[in-house]
Amino acid sequence: MKKGILLPLAVLLAVCFLWDRAVLLSRSDIFPTPYQVLLGIVELIQHGLLLKYVVASLFRVSVGFVLAVLIGVPVGLLLGWFKPAFLALNPLIQLLRPISPIAWIPIAILWFKVDDRAPIFLIFLSSLFPITVATIAAVQNIQPVYVRAAQNFGVTRVDLFRRVIFPACLPQIITSLRISLGIAWLVVVAAEMIAVNSGLGYLIIDARNAGKRYDLVVAGMLMIGLIGLILDLLVRSLERFEQVRWGYSQRG
Amino acid sequence: MVSAPVISVRDLGLTFPGKKGAEPIDVLRSINLEITTGEFVCIVGPSGCGKTTFLNIVTGFLRQSTGEVLVQGAPVKGPDPRRIFVFQENGVFPWLTVEQNIAFGIARCPSKEQREIVRRYVRMVGLTGFEKAYPRELSGGMRQRVEIARALAPDPEIIYMDEPFGALDFITRLKMRADLTRIWEKEKKTILFVTHDIEESVQLADRVVVLSPRPGSVRKQVKIDLPRPRDLDSPEYLELRDEIFHTIGMSLRVGAGEEMSAIFP
Repeated sequence: MKKGILLPLAVLLAVCFLWDRAVLLSRSDIFPTPYQVLLGIVELIQHGLLLKYVVASLFRVSVGFVLAVLIGVPVGLLLGWFKPAFLALNPLIQLLRPISPIAWIPIAILWFKVDDRAPIFLIFLSSLFPITVATIAAVQNIQPVYVRAAQNFGVTRVDLFRRVIFPACLPQIITSLRISLGIAWLVVVAAEMIAVNSGLGYLIIDARNAGKRYDLVVAGMLMIGLIGLILDLLVRSLERFEQVRWGYSQRG
Repeated sequence: MVSAPVISVRDLGLTFPGKKGAEPIDVLRSINLEITTGEFVCIVGPSGCGKTTFLNIVTGFLRQSTGEVLVQGAPVKGPDPRRIFVFQENGVFPWLTVEQNIAFGIARCPSKEQREIVRRYVRMVGLTGFEKAYPRELSGGMRQRVEIARALAPDPEIIYMDEPFGALDFITRLKMRADLTRIWEKEKKTILFVTHDIEESVQLADRVVVLSPRPGSVRKQVKIDLPRPRDLDSPEYLELRDEIFHTIGMSLRVGAGEEMSAIFP
C-alpha cells in the first residue's frame, strides 16, 4: 500500500524537478516553473476564477452527458433489439459517428450563438454516439440463454427490457459511459476555447491571448487533468456494484 | 400408471434447408413419443443426433417441419411458464442474488407468498445461507441448484432439462443426480431430461429414450423399473445400462470414432 503511493509520488517530484531545471537552463521568461504554476493556481483561487470556471465546465459536461445517456441508452436498447430499426438507422449512425465533435463547432455557434448551449450540444454529440453504439452492441451480444429463460417465465416485453436486457447490458453500458465521459471532458475544453467566455478551456486560451500568462495556461491544464481523473474514478466506482461486477473480468 | 399422456409427439420431423445448392439436412425424422404425467424421461443419443433440437421443439423455442407436438392436449405455440426449461449452465441471471433469481418467475405473487416460496426452494436445493449471494460467488453446482430452484418456484407442470449437469465435475454431478431424484420424488413433476451420459439416464429416469445418429429418430425405449435411490452396483442396473450402451454402440460402429468420445468421456 505504502509502495503504491510512494513510488508515483517520487516520479511526480522527479518530473517537477526536471521541469524546473529545464526551464532555468533554457532561460525562458515565458514558460513557467512548477512553482510559478502553483502561484498561478493560488492566484486563480484568490480571484474566485478557478471555482467559477470549474463549475462552468462541469455544468456543461453534466448537462450534455446526462442528455446523451438519457437518449443514447434507450435508443441503443431499442436499436439493438429491433432489427428493422437497426438496419434503418445504423448507416446514418455510422456516417455521423466518425465526425469529430470539434467539426460541429461552426454549426453549434450558428445555432446557439456564444452561449452555454453550444458546448452542451457538442458534449451531447460527443457522448451520444459512443453510448448508443456500445448499447446496441451489448444488446446484440446478449447471451441468448438469458432472454430464453426470461421468455420461458412468461415476462411481458416491457419486463423483458426492464428485468433482463437492461441489466444484462449494464456492465457494457457503464464501460461506454466511462469512455464517453472521457471524450466529453476532452471536447468541453475545445468547445470553450471557441464557443463561450468561461470555463477551463476559455481560461487557457484567454490566459494565452491576454498577456501570455503561461503560468495560468499550465495551471488550467493541470486542473483539467485532475478533474478528468476524478470523473473517471467516479464512473469507475459504478463498476463495483454487485449488479454489474459479473460483467467485468475477475481482478481479485 | 394409466393416465393420458401429458406430452405426445407424433411423427415429428425437422429438416434444415441446405446452404446454397447443398442438400437439405434431415435433423430429426418421424419421432413418436408419449410421456405421462409425473414421469421422468431421459433422452440419450450420440452427440449431434438432435436431442437438444428435439427438446427445443417440444418446448416451443423451435418449430418442426413435420408432425405435431401436443403438450397438455394442445399444440405447442411457444415457451410457456407452466413448462420451465433448465439450461446447461449460465441460465441464472448474474445481476440478481440467489433469492432474486428464484423469485424471477413468481414476480406477480404477493410478496409474502413470494418469500415463502423462495425460502422453501432455497432449502430444498440446499442453498440456505446463500440467499443474498450473487451467482459469481457460487460454484457451478450451486448455480445449477439456483437454476433448478428458479424452475420449480412457479410450480410448473413440466420441467425440461438440457444436459443440466454437463458442465459440472464428476463428484458434483453424482450429488446433483441424487438431489434431483429426491426433489422429483417430492414434487412429482413431469421431467424430460436430455443427456449424452448413459449412466446418468439410467440413474435418473423411469424410461430412457435412445435416439439414433442423425437424422435422429427413436431407436429404442428402455423402461428403468428400479427402486430409488438406485444401487449403481446391482446387476439389474448394470444390465440396463449395458443394454443402452449396446444399442448406441452398435450404431456407432458405422459412424466415426470421434463420436465415441462423446459417450465415453
